[in-house]
Amino acid sequence: MSILIIAEHDNASLRPATLNTLTAAGELDGEVHILIAGADCAGAADAAAKLPGVAKVRVADAPEYGHELAENLAPLIAKLATDYTHVLAPATTFGKNVMPRAAALLDVQQVSDISAIEGADTFVRPIYAGNAMATVKSLDTIKLITVRATAFETAAEDGGSAVTETVESTGDTGLASFVGQELTKSERPELTTAGIVISGGRGMQSGENFAMLERIADKLGAAVGASRAAVDAGFVPNDYQVGQTGKVVAPDLYIAIGISGAIQHLAGMKDSKVIVAINKDEEAPIFQVADYGLVADLFQAVPELEEALG
Amino acid sequence: MKVLVPVKRVIDANVKVRVKADQTGVETTNVKMAMNPFCEIAVEEAVRMKEAGTAEDVIVVSAGAAQSQETIRTGLAMGADRGVLIQSDVALEPLAIAKLLKAVAEKEGVDLVLMGKQAIDGDNNQTGQMLAALLGWPQGTFISKMEIHDGGAAGGVAGGVKVTREVDGGLEVVDLKLPAVLTVDLRLNEPRYASLPNIMKAKKKPIEMLSPEDLGVDVTPRLETLQVVEPPPRQAGVMVDSVAMLVDKLRNEAKVI
Repeated sequence: MSILIIAEHDNASLRPATLNTLTAAGELDGEVHILIAGADCAGAADAAAKLPGVAKVRVADAPEYGHELAENLAPLIAKLATDYTHVLAPATTFGKNVMPRAAALLDVQQVSDISAIEGADTFVRPIYAGNAMATVKSLDTIKLITVRATAFETAAEDGGSAVTETVESTGDTGLASFVGQELTKSERPELTTAGIVISGGRGMQSGENFAMLERIADKLGAAVGASRAAVDAGFVPNDYQVGQTGKVVAPDLYIAIGISGAIQHLAGMKDSKVIVAINKDEEAPIFQVADYGLVADLFQAVPELEEALG
Repeated sequence: MKVLVPVKRVIDANVKVRVKADQTGVETTNVKMAMNPFCEIAVEEAVRMKEAGTAEDVIVVSAGAAQSQETIRTGLAMGADRGVLIQSDVALEPLAIAKLLKAVAEKEGVDLVLMGKQAIDGDNNQTGQMLAALLGWPQGTFISKMEIHDGGAAGGVAGGVKVTREVDGGLEVVDLKLPAVLTVDLRLNEPRYASLPNIMKAKKKPIEMLSPEDLGVDVTPRLETLQVVEPPPRQAGVMVDSVAMLVDKLRNEAKVI
């Protein structure tokens, strides 16, 4: 067996989900290679070469790979994939965008968002917002897989010494061009990798009220998230969204404030180690998954919590 | 412009799904079904394009069991012009659906495909990207904004679409050449409810019936489902009376702060 990981990176360094994908690759028991496709991406390639368990780093450094455009990346992945039994990418918006395009070019039915590996061709994945777990066997010769990062440990970043090989670009398809991006600027940890997450729901009543959660987040070194209801109501941007159609998080501590606990939200956070819920409605379904529940008006409880944390 | 909107019939988002006792799947008998919520957003956007005069013909297509006609009728009641059902009793996987949709897109000569970013049953998030690959078209995935323009992608080429994508770190804007496949995210719009007169009118709109064989597509599954089980339940927690008690538990019992 041989495995190719499609690294998610920002040209200078690896994105954290790449490390979880490496752990998943390690469970497959074959030689692991990693693809760094980017523009001026020597920094990311150097970081990949240090990863323990990686035998080879394949680097495609070309302007057309600078913005992760699926139209340009998928042909490269499809071309390289024929050297491998498995191709893995993180199930982030990066992996979700590019991998199915590569899979279709290879005539492969991708296995999305796997949470466990049972064998070389058998994988477990959540369906119906995590309300059911399906074990599926892939009959394709090459397996294309996206990996749920929170289901696999973060791999170590140092200790390896992989060889590096240059790969030729498959060119610019000219189908798409990058215009710009507005990334949420935050000093706080990233939502999907934070040890503590504090999220607000419709009960927060406004975007301004999220400042209360931000103050607590800063005291705890936590990331701030939200339910789909809070995003739909326009309180916060979509990249805050935790749930079936947003991000999946599994921190050591998840604090849900004013979140009722719709199944779509629970899908994104129920694997957290400790869950705290504060809600004024004692019937709210969030209390069924909470380790610690407090029935209270959040506008009293949250300032109290801030004070108690000192 | 001719717009194709693929839609899927799924278990209603508000229904608590139950795994079948024999572990072969989830219970769908006597369960309320509805159009996948992301597909509703795609239909809404296409109908708005029609209302704005940018689209002349909006075709709603579904692949699956005969009952998917109801889902197509929902799209027609929202304002789409006509429907296509590719009837199949085989459980269709994303790659097979993408191949069927490619055949329909080519047969109809569409300029744009607007569809949901994922269906809330399989949670695969694949079909739009696969369709774009098979057609050789660009893809705008997880979009929260779109703007058809004449300037063209990278300038000069007539006909393009600029889309804002919801990505993990925030938002990204890309310009795509047309024809293109767009998959929609939840903030693109708020879908309308069909009015009673429009529901009545929709009954008279045509639905073309096709089969995978008609389109020359092999839909043999590539994945074998070995087992479907419920996830392990969380252990029951405790209720606390005050913030002070909560902080004490987190510090001294759970030791997480």
